[in-house]
Amino acid sequence: MSVPAREKVELLSGNEAIARGAYEAGVTVASAYPGTPSTEILENFARYEGVYAEWAPNEKVAVEVAHGASMAGARALAVMKHVGVNVAADPIFTSSYTGVRGGFVIVTADDPELHSSQNEQDNRHYAVAAKIPMLEPSDSFEAKEFTRLAFALSERFDTPVFLRSTTRISHAKGAVRLGEASGPPPASGFVRDPAKWVMLPDNARRRHAIVEERMRSLAEFAETFDGNRIEWGDRDLGVITAGVSYQYVREAFPEASVLKLGMAHPLPSRLIREFAEGVSRVVVVEELDPHIEMHVKALGVPVQGKEIIPIVGELSPRIVREGISGKSVPVRPAEGLPGRPPNLCPGCPHRGLFYVLNRLKVTVAGDIGCYTLAALPPLKGMDTCVCMGASLGNAFGIEKALGKAALGKVVAVIGDSTFLHSGITPLIDIVYNRGFTTVIILDNRTTAMTGAQENPATGRTLLGEPTRRLDLAALCRAVGVDHVYTVNPHDMERTEAVLRRELFRGEPSVIITEAPCVLLPDHRKDKRPVYEVIPDLCTGCMACSKLGCPAIEWVPFTPEEAVAAGKKGSQKGMARINPLLCDGCNQCPPLCTFRAILEKKD
Amino acid sequence: MTQARGNVFLAGVGGQGALLASEVLGEAFLLGGYDVKKSEVHGMAQRGGAVTTHLRYGPKVFSPLIEPGSADLLIAFEKMEALRFAHFLSPAGAAVVNAQEIMPPSVATGRERYPERIEERLAGVTPNLYMIDALAAALSLREVRAVNMVMVGAASRLLPLPETIYLEALRGRLPERIVEVNAKAFRAGRALLVPRGA
Repeated sequence: MSVPAREKVELLSGNEAIARGAYEAGVTVASAYPGTPSTEILENFARYEGVYAEWAPNEKVAVEVAHGASMAGARALAVMKHVGVNVAADPIFTSSYTGVRGGFVIVTADDPELHSSQNEQDNRHYAVAAKIPMLEPSDSFEAKEFTRLAFALSERFDTPVFLRSTTRISHAKGAVRLGEASGPPPASGFVRDPAKWVMLPDNARRRHAIVEERMRSLAEFAETFDGNRIEWGDRDLGVITAGVSYQYVREAFPEASVLKLGMAHPLPSRLIREFAEGVSRVVVVEELDPHIEMHVKALGVPVQGKEIIPIVGELSPRIVREGISGKSVPVRPAEGLPGRPPNLCPGCPHRGLFYVLNRLKVTVAGDIGCYTLAALPPLKGMDTCVCMGASLGNAFGIEKALGKAALGKVVAVIGDSTFLHSGITPLIDIVYNRGFTTVIILDNRTTAMTGAQENPATGRTLLGEPTRRLDLAALCRAVGVDHVYTVNPHDMERTEAVLRRELFRGEPSVIITEAPCVLLPDHRKDKRPVYEVIPDLCTGCMACSKLGCPAIEWVPFTPEEAVAAGKKGSQKGMARINPLLCDGCNQCPPLCTFRAILEKKD
Repeated sequence: MTQARGNVFLAGVGGQGALLASEVLGEAFLLGGYDVKKSEVHGMAQRGGAVTTHLRYGPKVFSPLIEPGSADLLIAFEKMEALRFAHFLSPAGAAVVNAQEIMPPSVATGRERYPERIEERLAGVTPNLYMIDALAAALSLREVRAVNMVMVGAASRLLPLPETIYLEALRGRLPERIVEVNAKAFRAGRALLVPRGA
């Protein structure tokens, strides 16, 4: 295949391809809240010349900013993970009514298999519910092409457009042909048009009729859209599929006829009927819910779907092959081995706090972030985790259910970025409704879980500009919390003392644990001493192991080995600190009663 | 290996640079004129958890995932991770395994033991097992972070591309200031492995 000289092929992830597509489409305003698997879209988009890109405090704000930019005539992009659409649903549903001026596209990155999420909801339902068309690419090549197309459709049909990715699209790489940037549309400015933009009931009633008409036109478009295509093959088996499932189908059944749907909503009814009539057996292969299957069944077309293809988790070529053929092929079983779950990093400031919480035996209402990993052994320092910002409301609810008996027994734990995302309103609820909840804000100066993004409390923007740094303590005082204290979580003795006092206070209090994330470049540049265990002093009591620090390793002994090492035969082993992993946080030395952990001398 | 298509499965521990290694390999196959797809999972996996990458090349690649039993090459950055994903190897597949041991949390806290006889168990899965000490090679270059390129270098002996393409891919993917040490690590890795029967 010869490539014309000016065309360049690059290996891009789906996320990089979406960013490129938005750039080529002439997007000038983009807003997002970071969330796996969507985060890299805005990080990559922000690197293009002449664009504005921002981290919003949450997804609802991101959609409102992008919608506003569209009102003023710019092409605008809002990006979020699947659960972010729940947060943003309010403006999304009504933006469907107002329509757009500049093209307006909302990316939803779903996470089948819950690689890094709290549920595996299928956001194709949102397209149906909000009456918004949805495109669904099946690899990086289409991710870029469909992003460009989404902007064209948005302007042509006066509608927001959803682009749905999944983890295996966003985080898979494939060859993409780079195109030219089309250049942004001329900035037209905001034009007064109350019947379009002011959704008072009377206006909105008329817009609803326009939305229904628009969806009829889009359904007609879907019939001839070349992203919905039939690939005729063997007529014994016809598979209707979309997204990454298309790749699995082509891999598992290279000879089958395939109807590949690039548009998840609205679906092309005539094309589906034509396909079904051309094959003797029709199967729908789609991840998660039976979205396409229900539509096909509603057409009266006999079809197999979720009775042979799982509704839970990701698909794979093997799952598709076994589901359709009804035959399972034995494979070598995986070995039974100790698991390797993710863990808080060596030197993570969160570890100090959760060690203390574990000692205090309180109920910990948790939240979304790296610190959710503290729910795993040995820290086991978290008792609930539902969604962004839920910790405060959950803790307050537990308190209201138990009354005075909850005093000293419940805390809410939330990260700095998560608090700004949706923890402020429940804090207001606690103050307003006379609660006494103890709230701990873990301020590590970044949005760590998604790879260290800036947020309003870091003092920098996505574009790298310095900005006013939000003062978390002042904010908490402003909403009416009189007791706000800042502690260093590496200093566990002090942290414990402050917590013991605040837990029993009959008024709301906020404790901010402040220490930088170890992944931040400034922290990594900083040279700190590492620690070592002096073998002669270690009695194998395992006090340091309770931190669950990856740098502290347990060396087991047999009785003979113990005696040979000069220990009692009953000593089961001893601790060792891996100097390649130790970050020098100084959390473990005070835990050692035998003073066996000392700074390592070079 | 001179086949026109292949599946390379990379397995490591978060922080070892397995993702960057797969970037260089993917880029190399693209430069070599192949269609390439590559899949990995970010997020939780970066926090010291198991990290895997599926890399597939050929004239045209559909699925970004390798099926169990169909990897031509397993590149494992840690010994136990090699065994964890050994069932992805095809019967004729080869494994390049870094002898380094990294304790998972349950072992580091004394609740479980690091498994024994890993090399023997791996040899039971594939006759084409190559154990190498990539950590030692990287430390001899005074750059512990170069373990990943040592692994790429060693694995490249079993892949169909010429040496120059990897170096070109490496220059394309890495910041200028660390290209030289990584190229050295690549060559050191290449010197560590001699294909059997070649």
